[in-house]
Parts: sequence; structure tokens; C-alpha cells
Amino acid sequence: MPDLSRTHSTNDTISSISTPMGMGGIGIVRMSGPRAIEISKMIFNPVSGSKRDSLKGYSIRYGKILDPNTGVTLDEALLTVMTAPKTYTREDVVEINCHSGAVVLRKILMTLVSLGARLAEPGEFTKRAYLNGRIDLAQAEAVMSLVSAKTDVALRTALQQLSGELSRKVNEIRSHLIHLLSEIEAAIDFPEEDLDLISREEIIDKVLELKKDAERLIDTAEKGKILTEGISTAIVGKANVGKSSLLNRLLMEDRAIVTPYPGTTRDVIEATINAGGIPLRILDTAGIRDSADPVEREGIKKSRECIDRADLVIMMIDISEDTDQGDLQIAQLLKDREKETILVLNKIDLVKNGSNKGDIAKIKDLICPKLQLETSITQNTGLNNLLIGISDLILQGKGGFGESSILTNVRHVSALISMTEALSRVLEGLKQGLSEEFISVDMRSALESLGHITGETTNEDVLHEIFRCFCVGK
Amino acid sequence: MTRIYDDRYDIIVVGGGHAGCEAALASARMGCSALLVTQDLDRIAQMSCNPAIGGLAKGHMVREIDALGGEMGRAIDDTGIQFRLLNTRKGPAVQAPRAQADKEAYRLRMKAVLEHQENLTLCQGDVTRLLIEAGYVTGVEIDSGYRSSARAVILTTGTFLNGLIHLGLSNFPGGRSDEPPSIELAKDLMTQGFEVRRLKTGTPPRLHVDSIDFEILIPQDGDPYPQPFSFSTREIRRNQVPCYLTFTNQKTHEVIRNNLDRSPLYSGRIQGVGPRYCPSIEDKVVRFPDRERHQVFLEPEGLRSDEIYANGISTSLPLDVQNDFVRTIPGLKEARIVRPGYAVEYDFIPPKQLRPTLETKTISGLYHAGQINGTSGYEEAAAQGLIAGINAVQQIRCREPLVLKRSEAYMGVLIDDLITRGTEEPYRMFTSRAEYRLLLRHDNADIRLREKGYRMGLVRKEEHEKFLIKKEEIKRESERITKTFFMPTQEVNNKLKSIKSASIQNKTTLLKLLKRPELNYERLAALDIKRPKLAREVISYCEIEAKYEGFIQRQNEQVERFRQMEEVLIPDQIKFDKIHGLSREVIEKMKKVRPVSIGQASRISGVTPAAISILLIYLKNQRSKIGEAKTYSS
Repeated sequence: MPDLSRTHSTNDTISSISTPMGMGGIGIVRMSGPRAIEISKMIFNPVSGSKRDSLKGYSIRYGKILDPNTGVTLDEALLTVMTAPKTYTREDVVEINCHSGAVVLRKILMTLVSLGARLAEPGEFTKRAYLNGRIDLAQAEAVMSLVSAKTDVALRTALQQLSGELSRKVNEIRSHLIHLLSEIEAAIDFPEEDLDLISREEIIDKVLELKKDAERLIDTAEKGKILTEGISTAIVGKANVGKSSLLNRLLMEDRAIVTPYPGTTRDVIEATINAGGIPLRILDTAGIRDSADPVEREGIKKSRECIDRADLVIMMIDISEDTDQGDLQIAQLLKDREKETILVLNKIDLVKNGSNKGDIAKIKDLICPKLQLETSITQNTGLNNLLIGISDLILQGKGGFGESSILTNVRHVSALISMTEALSRVLEGLKQGLSEEFISVDMRSALESLGHITGETTNEDVLHEIFRCFCVGK
Repeated sequence: MTRIYDDRYDIIVVGGGHAGCEAALASARMGCSALLVTQDLDRIAQMSCNPAIGGLAKGHMVREIDALGGEMGRAIDDTGIQFRLLNTRKGPAVQAPRAQADKEAYRLRMKAVLEHQENLTLCQGDVTRLLIEAGYVTGVEIDSGYRSSARAVILTTGTFLNGLIHLGLSNFPGGRSDEPPSIELAKDLMTQGFEVRRLKTGTPPRLHVDSIDFEILIPQDGDPYPQPFSFSTREIRRNQVPCYLTFTNQKTHEVIRNNLDRSPLYSGRIQGVGPRYCPSIEDKVVRFPDRERHQVFLEPEGLRSDEIYANGISTSLPLDVQNDFVRTIPGLKEARIVRPGYAVEYDFIPPKQLRPTLETKTISGLYHAGQINGTSGYEEAAAQGLIAGINAVQQIRCREPLVLKRSEAYMGVLIDDLITRGTEEPYRMFTSRAEYRLLLRHDNADIRLREKGYRMGLVRKEEHEKFLIKKEEIKRESERITKTFFMPTQEVNNKLKSIKSASIQNKTTLLKLLKRPELNYERLAALDIKRPKLAREVISYCEIEAKYEGFIQRQNEQVERFRQMEEVLIPDQIKFDKIHGLSREVIEKMKKVRPVSIGQASRISGVTPAAISILLIYLKNQRSKIGEAKTYSS
């Protein structure tokens, strides 16, 4: 049974990444609840030399965020402490403002969770604010109906957001767990039946195996190979339309939070930026030009692969020149791949009267952009609109992205981690020779953790497995 | 045309099975005048199926019934002929008592208890109609002519509503082997607007004791020291007898497979859904073709009965096929079937139509208990009968109803499951249905429920005093266990060594030693020399609570987290349609179940956490509109 009380009780401490919606180079991890201050003391080391214990209400302190296990500095940050009741939620609230990209924000959040905070459900800060009488119903309802729509979708698509391979793996783990639980439960509830149950040694082996599988998944997730660090966004266009300038500008705007990745493909540069609160992993592709040149051909091939990998594509056109065959060729590539696209008409500062609008209409027909805007990267115009546009597109779900994928990923990893922790307890119990009903407690909490990805496992699922596999019936 | 009985009762119980008996006794014992109407006074408390009570989760429930002041525990203690504590190799929470019953003795004892019960009248008759005025039940019509009035009516119709018995391809109306079904009442319930569905259950053939070759079978004895079900029983007096175990074989399965075309189950004549946990032998053979054998327990129906119940081969095949396949089984080569097995299909009223008190949502004062709610099992029936009886009385007296929580009793799990999730097959209790299984032990049923039973007026004063003494002893001994400590002296460590436990380095409490897997209360006697002399159940309770403290505490914390949700009540008149943001699907589900609390709402299948948030916000808003100061978050 799902532990709904966890998500609806208001006496625990919740935490989430709540990056501001506007532009800006900081990420905020927010915590609310009775243990918020206590937990923040465990990871915050103020630079000014004063003691951690002296964290007071309504103070902002500068210091370092440490991983309490390793002592490693995760980031420098400003810590804002606000004591109840004069806060957004009317609870103790701590905000960690740091200049980090998605990876570090996530790491900080995970650390808080490991220290006893719980990942906030979408909209939960608002819910608390309302329940504690901080905001009025109209405000709360607006947030909640948005959240409800989103979480319903998120629950349904949580798995779909993962790669096919990962979702297959997670489901496999789940069905093995259900089967093991059914073995355990059958042993408890049908002691007089002649059932062919597996031995404890076999259960230990199976659990070890499942644990290893899960750990492998967590590992890959941590390395970012499977779980992406944001919406992967490809910038495509002919050479010299301004792709690299756009990237550079984005990087400059956001210098503090850039996390450069070593490109998996040599000719594609990757970087993570923050677009109005949404982490984007930008793939800057080689320009697509005359395909007769073998080197260029290689470049086009890479660009194609890059488009294939992207969730979102920004297509750039130099609007100061006539659009040509090259632009159409790229548009055709996008059309064939049915990608969510933003059309950027760059170099508006160089536009003279009489640009070729006809061709642009044709391109638009091909790629059906979700958004179209004009920019001048060099003049720094339109850039803000682009970033806000991207974040709106994603937040409003127009791009089909569902819940911000960074949180989804944290959720997945944290679910898998708590599952492996439960499995460790299962193993411990089995080795101690504990009776089945105790083993079942931890087995169920393993399933419950996994339920955050796969949806809940009900008693009926377990009973169904028992009756499917065992001939019970005295 | 109708002659009206001028008799008036507080409560009328329709049906004299295990639910009906507990309902009638509870009503009368709590001081209400009660009438029990049954088709046949000689079948009161009849065990229609296996001659046994208890088992996992069921045995737990009998202990709970007893703790609340019900009759079933005492009845089986008086008439049991083989007692066993199951799962003794597992932990205390999943051990449970089970007993073979002398069916006739059980039935007669229960009838005698009903007959001698003050305030209770028994009457033979067929209830044909409910009398209803403006949404309130006012009585029943008996045998299409007589009327009795009451302020509450409890229906415990078992398998009798539109009962249809299948024996091979022939079928005939019947509620139980040779007894007529209730047709008129079934019709009347339809007219009242209840949704009605159909279930199926079955029984195995009964064999003549003299036709069985017991010599070649494996005897199964009961425990050498039988432990009673009831907290009031001092000892088990009746003679104890063995059961016998045999197995089906490939030949048996072949006979069955060759005759599947004559099975009402496989020819599509049976529409009702049967229980997955209690399949017929034809089901077992078809669904598990690789199994080489299935167990058959031969259980005596009573000390004076010649009938043997063949547990494990429930069937609805025709008699000649039953005969053929039974005779392929070792020990049964010349077995004579004295009663054939059969299947019975019957109407049930899907229990989502009930409130947590077991009162129907649409007709005030009308309660349903037992198989009419889609359950199976004597224990499940008795549990509901008891709760329905108690709540009918409480309602008449305008007092708080008794609604047990899932964390309090299997009975709470049972009723919450029924009214919140409903059931597709005959519902049986399993320990795995309880999320707080470690707390719902059979040994602590009295600690959980005795006080409630006393407050309801069902537990007698002297029983209650006995309970209070036990509780006090437990408290004192638990304290002593926490406070008694040992120093790491040579003497102490030598003693520890003698009981094969590691030596201690620091001052160590008795509690800590008790937690060591290799030690228990008894073994520690060598060390713990100043211990008081205490009753076995006091020691066992203290020992369990100490040994499993960590797990118990974890479950208690879960209970605490849920408690908040259970305590946010949803008003009866809430309009789910009016709640902004709920999906159509969720609204329909909420309307059907009409949950009484947020906790219950969250257990409805398909209700998302987001929907619960919206509901919470709506409720909070409604409350502040009425100007109540109470807030959810406090």
C-alpha cells in the first residue's frame, strides 16, 4: 500500500530545487519544516568563522556547503534562514542559494534527503502555505489544479520519460520483487499448504542480484548517461547563422552556472545552462553546409545524430540574407524527425527591406515551430525572450516534456537508492534468520520506494501473484 | 390480508449463521430486545463447509471477537476436537490458533447460548420483505404474512439469497444442500435499489468413516497442550482426535480431466465468481497441470459423527465422477460418499454500499453482515455480525458507533477493505492484507480491544477486572525489564556463557539481553533471579514487546503518521461534483464509496495523491466558511 501519509503529513521536512522563474545565475534549494534548520546546520559551514549553531531567524550567511559524509565542499552558497511563522509556508524555511548548475543542485538536494528531508511533491510548498493559512484559496487552487494535472501526467509518464532500456530494467526489478514477496507471504499465510517455496538461500541470492541491478542503474544515472541533466537542446542551422554566438552568449549570461561537459561526440559541444529555471543541455552542432565536402558530410552526420538525441531543437536562420536550399534542407531534416522546434530569426539588426519572407513561410510549414522569435545575438536583443520562451514552453507542457525532468530524475535516483537501502535491510534480516513477517516489512518498503517510479504495488498485486504461482486451497 | 404481530423489537436479525448469532447476542447483551429469524432453528450456527475454525488471520479475528465480548471463541473452545497453533516456527505476529470442531456440538452449544440469552427471541420463518418507511427500516415481513417491527434490521443471509446449487450439470434452487433459498427477500432487495451481484463457493464430498483405510494414511495430531481461543477459557476439556493426510495422484487428475465437460464450472453454467484461494479440485487440475499431487485432509465432522470431511477436493462434478476420482486416492479405494460435494451460487450486495458501521447507505437502520457482503468464512462472518450488532444498538441509543481502525484489528481491515475497495471474489482475510501486521497479534487482541468491549457492555465486569490485573502486571514487568541491569562481573559472564551467549563489557539491561536472538525470557532465568512469578501470557507479552521493540516501534510510527489522515473527516453531505480540480474518474469513485475520512479516501483504488490534496484544501475551505477554528495542520 502506498504510504500516502508521507506525502500529506505536514509535520515532516520537505525539500526541493526551486530555481527562480526569471533569469538569473543562481539555483535555490529550499527546505521547509520542523527540521529544516537542524538539517541545514549539518551541511553548512559559515565562512565568517562564527559557529553554525548561531544560525538565527531572518539571517543570510555566506559559507560552504559540505557533504557531511566526505567533508568535501559541494559549493559556496548563501544560506537564508527564516523561522516560523513569518515564512511562505509558516514553517521554518531554509534556502540555499548557490551558483551551481544542475549537477551540484541535485547533489545538494540528495544530501538533504539523505539527512532526513523528504523530496517535496510538486506544489507542496504552496499546499503547506495554504493549509497553514498563509495564502488564500484562490491562489492555492490555481497552483493545485496545475499541480494535479501535472502529477497525474507525471505519474503516468514517469516511466515513459526514461529510456526504453531503463524502464524495462525497473519493471523487471519490480516484478521480481513482487514475486519474492509473494513467496514470503505465501509461507506466512498458507503454512498448511504443500507449496513449492524457494529457500532462504535462494531469496538471498535473488535479492543480492536485484540490489546489484539497482545499483548499476543508480551508477549510470549518477554519471548522467541514462538520466539526462535537463532538456537536451540542439542548436542547428547553416554555418554562420549565429549558432556559436548564441551559445557563447548563453554561456556568458550564465557564466556562473555553466557546467561544461566533455562532448560525447567530438564535433558537438555540450554545456548546461539555465533557461528561466529550466536546465538545458545545449548541443551546439557543426554547421550544415555543402554536403559534397567529406569533412562537412561528417559534420552533417553528427548534426543529424545530435538532432536525434535532442528533446528540443532551436533552428537558426540568418534573416538578413535570403533563405536558401541549405535552410530548407535542415528544415526537412527536422520535419522527418518530428522534433519540437523553436525558430530563431537571427541578425534582425542587419535586415534591410525586402528580405525573402516567402521561403521562411515554407520553412515554417516544414518544421511547425512551437515558438518563433527574432534576435540579434550581437546586439543582445531577443535573447531574454528566447530563454523565457523556452522555459514557458516546457513548464506549460507544450513541448510534451511533463514535469521538469531534473526533479523527475532526482526522484528516480532517490527512489532507487531508498529501494536498495530497504533491500540491504532485507538481506540483513535474512542473514539474522528473522521470521518472514519481518523480512516482508522491508521487502514492502523496497516496493514502496520503487512505486515512486512504477506506480504503487497493491496488496491485490501480491495476492494475485500468490494465486497465480501457487496452488493454494485447502 | 396481513396479520400484524404486535411484537416490537429493537433489533431483528435475519439469519442464524455465524454472523447472525454474534449480531443477535451482541444486541441482546447490550440490553436491546432482539429477534432472530431463521429458516430452520436446527441449523443455527451450522458449519456449512469445513469443520474448523481459525487459521492465519482468521484465528486472529476469533481472538479479536472474543476480546470484544463475542461468542465464537468460547464456542470453539468448548467444542473443539483438535487444537493447533500454526506457524510456531515464525514470529509471534503470524502465529494463529486453529481448531477442528465437533460440528453438531458447536451448533447445539451456540443454540443453547442463544436460547438462554435474556432479551433474545428465536423464531423460525422465512423473511420475505423489509418494511421501510421514508428511508428508515421499520421491520420485516415473515412468510409473506406476519410482520414484526424493529428499529434496526441486520441481514445475514449467507448463501441463501437466490441460492442455486450445482451438482454436475443439473442445478436446483437451494441455500445449502437440502434447504430452500430466499427468493422473495432477494427480489425485495433488488426493488429497494441495491446493486446485486453473484458469487460462487463450493464444498467437497463427505465420506463415511468406516469406508476409509486409515492404516495407510499419515495421521496429524493436534498440539499436546491445546491453547484456547478465548481469553476466558481456562482449559480445553473435550477429547482430542487426529486428522489424516492423503494425496491425489495422476489417476485422480485423469478422471477429472476426462469429465470436465460435465463440470458446471467448465461448461459455463456457473456465472458467479469463485474464490481463488479455495479452488475446486477441477480448477487445481486445470490451472496447475504440472502438479503431480494435491493434499487431501480427512477431517472428522465430530466425535459422534460418521462423516469425514475431505478437505482439498471441493467439487461440483456429478456424483458418479466424484465417486470415481475419490476412489483413486490412497486410503479412499472403497470410500463411500455420504454427501456429495456441490457448488452454490448466490447473490451478494457489493459492500461499497455500506457505511463503516455496516449500515447501508440508502436505508437507515438496515445492516448487512457476512456473506451478503461478499465475504467467505465463519470468522469473517462472525466479525461482521458482532460489529453490525454493536452498531445497531449504538445507533438506536444515539451513541458513538464502533469503527475499528486498520491499525487496531483485523476486523478493522476487513470492514475498511469491504466498504472502500469492495470485492470481486468471496473475500477472505489474510495477514498480508494488514499493513500493521506486527501490531495485530493474536496474543495482544485483549490489549487492543478488551476495553472497548467492556465499554460496549459486552465484556462482563469480572472479565474486565481480570484484564486490568493482567495489564497492570504487564506494565510492572515491562518496567522491571527496562530497569533491571547487570554488571560485567565474572559471575554474570559465566552465567551468560553457560546459556551460550556472549559476555558483557558494560552495565547491561535485561531488556538488551532479552533482545539477543539466542536468548529468551526463560533462558535468562539463570541471571534474572529476582523475577516475580507471572502468568505465561504476561511473560510472553513482555518478551515479544521487548524482543521486537524496533519493528513494533517502526509500525507504531507509521500508524501515527496515518492517524492524522484518518482523523480528517469528510462530511456526509459533501458534493464531490462541486470540487474544483477533481477529475471525473475520481469524482465517480468518491461518489460510489463516499469515504468518511481522508484516510479512507486515499485507499480508494485510483485516487491520486493530488486528488487528496485538492480534497484537503476543499475541506479546509469549507471548515473555515463554517467558522470552525480547528485546523488540519495542528
